[in-house]
Amino acid sequence: MSNGVLTEQKPAPPPIEKIKVKIDGKEIEVPKMMPDWQGKLQATTMLQACELAGVEVPHYCYHPKLPVAGNCRMCLVEFGTPMMGPDRKPVLNPDGTPKIARSVLPYEPTSARGAIACASPISPGMEIYPSSPATKQMREGVLEYLLINHPLDCPICDQAGECKLQEYSVDYGKASSRFAEEKVHKPKQVNLGPRVMLDDERCILCSRCIRFTKDIAKDDALGFVERGSHSTLTKFPGKNFDNNYTLNTVDICPVGALTSKDFRFQMRVWFLKESKSICTSCGTGCNIVMGSRENKVYRYEPRENDAVNSCWMCDHGRLNYKWINRDDRLTKVGGSKLNVQYQDGAWSTALRAVSDALKNAATGSVAIIASARQTNEELYLLKKLGKKYDALTDSVGRMDKGDHLLLNADRNPNTTG
Amino acid sequence: MPQEYRLILKHADEPGYTPDIDCYMRNGGYETLKKALSFQTKDLPDGKKQTPQEQIRQEVTTSGLRGRGGAGFSCGLKWSLVDRKSGKPIYMICNADESEPGTFKDRQIIHKDPHQLIEGMIVACFGNDVHLAYIYIRGEMPEGARILNRALAEARAKNFLGKNILGKGYDLEIHIHRGAGAYICGEETGLIESLEGKRAYPRIKPPYFPAILGLYMCPTIVNNVETLAAVKHIVQMGGAEYAKLGTPNNTGTRIVSVSGHVKKPGYFEVEVGKATLGELIFDEKFGGGLRDGRKLKAIIPGGSSAKVFKAGEKFKVKRKGPDGQLTPVEVDLLDLPYDFDSLQQAGSMSGSGAIIVMDDSTDIVAALANLSEFYAHESCGQCTPCREGSLWMSKALHRLTNGHGRKQDADYLIRIAQGIQGRTICAFGEACSWPVLSFINKFKDEFEARGARDEAKHSSSAGAGPSGEMRIAASPQH
Ligand SMILES: Cc1cc2nc3c(=O)[nH]c(=O)nc-3n(C[C@H](O)[C@H](O)[C@H](O)COP(=O)(O)O)c2cc1C
Ligand code: SF4
Ligand code: SF4
Ligand code: FES
Repeated sequence: MSNGVLTEQKPAPPPIEKIKVKIDGKEIEVPKMMPDWQGKLQATTMLQACELAGVEVPHYCYHPKLPVAGNCRMCLVEFGTPMMGPDRKPVLNPDGTPKIARSVLPYEPTSARGAIACASPISPGMEIYPSSPATKQMREGVLEYLLINHPLDCPICDQAGECKLQEYSVDYGKASSRFAEEKVHKPKQVNLGPRVMLDDERCILCSRCIRFTKDIAKDDALGFVERGSHSTLTKFPGKNFDNNYTLNTVDICPVGALTSKDFRFQMRVWFLKESKSICTSCGTGCNIVMGSRENKVYRYEPRENDAVNSCWMCDHGRLNYKWINRDDRLTKVGGSKLNVQYQDGAWSTALRAVSDALKNAATGSVAIIASARQTNEELYLLKKLGKKYDALTDSVGRMDKGDHLLLNADRNPNTTG
Repeated sequence: MPQEYRLILKHADEPGYTPDIDCYMRNGGYETLKKALSFQTKDLPDGKKQTPQEQIRQEVTTSGLRGRGGAGFSCGLKWSLVDRKSGKPIYMICNADESEPGTFKDRQIIHKDPHQLIEGMIVACFGNDVHLAYIYIRGEMPEGARILNRALAEARAKNFLGKNILGKGYDLEIHIHRGAGAYICGEETGLIESLEGKRAYPRIKPPYFPAILGLYMCPTIVNNVETLAAVKHIVQMGGAEYAKLGTPNNTGTRIVSVSGHVKKPGYFEVEVGKATLGELIFDEKFGGGLRDGRKLKAIIPGGSSAKVFKAGEKFKVKRKGPDGQLTPVEVDLLDLPYDFDSLQQAGSMSGSGAIIVMDDSTDIVAALANLSEFYAHESCGQCTPCREGSLWMSKALHRLTNGHGRKQDADYLIRIAQGIQGRTICAFGEACSWPVLSFINKFKDEFEARGARDEAKHSSSAGAGPSGEMRIAASPQH
């Protein structure tokens, strides 16, 4: 967590130069440099510029927190750059505006040459055409290729409802395919590790899961084997996909190829109510979204917070939600000394009983057991209370091993709170 | 009448010429290296100084040498793009992956005159301040790797390699790396990944231009075997002298591999542009003509990825007139000068310098199905259009050769191919779609006739089958 007091006073970074580009005919000024997946400033990409302009560029392999791969080709866009004369000066239209040279295939100057928006830097005066017929055609093409060998098993797929293949097919695809051949068949129900299942036929080979596992989780466990259309995601021989972050790959898999063993077949995602929360399984406090239905929690998913957990959370925390619905969990208040029966709705009586007891208590006669899973605010008030009575105050510590990424050794969120 | 002009292959096929260093040195070997290492810093007329390294690069630029690996990119320009200010080491890689179907020229140099390549490489490395270089050799050429390794050891023993070469204070080491059998390892960024120990997935450009972010993210030069061998001769004879060979903008000599339905398949070193496509196929000194009683049907002029030519085609090619003006003239296919520019203007390319000849016994549908199967097998599988499209085309073509074609298949295939070219990470997208586009555009009648014949066959037997609907044959799974 950020600690304002410790932050040194750094001189303000020099302002980033802005450049003008046109997106679908609208001029917009964007920073010349923007943070890349590691937060380092790099030349702004077409995709980032389009995002700033509020224009969606569909993409599969690109993920803002992973190294760029550029393999899916879904983000191809038509573009143009100001035409330069032999004097290296821009050529102007009769009305004084710069003439734009649309990018074309060098060997077929009647066809547009797209650029992958996720990896192509912008330049001053560039025009990007995310809605042009040529861009549309490139997207349709890529989608058609992605679908020819896809099993199209949405009715039994857990990803249905949050699948990018479904979404983009509706938004950018064609209703029919020309494919008249037999599909490639690949392994189904591949057991990658204790928490993740893989269906290779659904995989669109975007390599997000591989890049996450290698570059973020630092575990070289996943890779592709075979070539061409037979390319297959698998775990390396002798390796099990069993680090503490495997379930993040299920989140970032744009399709239903990777599924969580814990969540698969449990609930259709469109029935889930989403509530923002914080994971309480360690001191890191990853930001999460809880998916629940009828007061039952079905899953945790990470919620982006660059100051804490980026887009990730650990498997330990993610699966540590079942206690919420456990039968033997103490959900009622009471106490024999207080003469309050354990029962629903006893809070007001119990609180009054406690406060009466405390009112008559002598300094030094009170002890408090706090829980380090309470909120900071609750703990603050408890501490104040404890001070007043000079009370012995303690909490149950839960120390274990931390790891290199998110999991804190302190399994309580607020021990120091 | 054009002749072979043997510059690089001067000694290769001489009786008694062996690949060892003594034989090479008896024939003037490593003299160019000695010359290059003793270049002195020169004062230019404008008062600037030119280092020995800059002089070598200048000679190569002056020579007009264009890459012999496939793209025909100017070698001098390639070297000038190298980031020399990064503070990182610069690497040189010799691309000896020679896998383009129809191509068998680099292996002649490697097998018969390996020291020529090594000398060319050392000179090129010296000229580019390279101290560590690799030869990436195709996995299926174990003999070539053995020969090169022995040659490198010999060169090391004579201090042409290693520390303080010939006492001139220059250090260089060259290592051999063997591929594992994938065509895509010839693509320069795929090669670099492979050399780094990874799958040969070509890199996206931008940002990974080898000249800036190549091997181990350092500036890197990748050149073909023949290109580097030519560098030796350029430094030996001087760039201007070399540029007198061949034709303007298409200088020097080039080793052409001629294969297919000719009487004398083989490799021939010629001055670029001095022999025509027809001469290379029909002349006694070259391919020796078609087999008796056969007529020419098609020519693939630059390795299997190049667009096919159909016998009898005519092209508009720009020629420089006496007044120096470029004017388009009509040229018959067989009269096309075999050079970079003419073939490009005719809509194809001289690529790796491999001419594949097909006579009228060729089943053009089967030939394309065969090529397509190769590309489906070799697509690295990284980017969507090539990965899915290459196998799609191969399956459709095999459906045609298996008697389950449809009339619409010609257009169907063209649309698949058009969805690949220009949309992929590497030029394999073009390599796999151009054969399909050009074969079908030029021989459309044969593809449509095949489809129509199958449709007629199936509709006439429809009564006997379970349904009149066309069955799709299972295509081979590659
Ligand atoms: C699919 C593909 C395969 C290639 N295979 C080879 C090859 O086997 N040998 C080669 O020298 N260049 C090959 N190239 C070209 C290289 O990428 C690169 O341009 C060349 O090695 C540069 O050398 P040059 O400038 O000396 O020609 C291939 C290119 C592609 C796209
Ligand atoms: S499993 Fe999912 S994330 Fe991994 S490569 Fe396949 S589609 Fe991409
Ligand atoms: S074009 Fe083909 S070979 Fe090249 S990177 Fe893409 S999939 Fe691989
Ligand atoms: S998002 Fe996949 S190529 Fe750009």
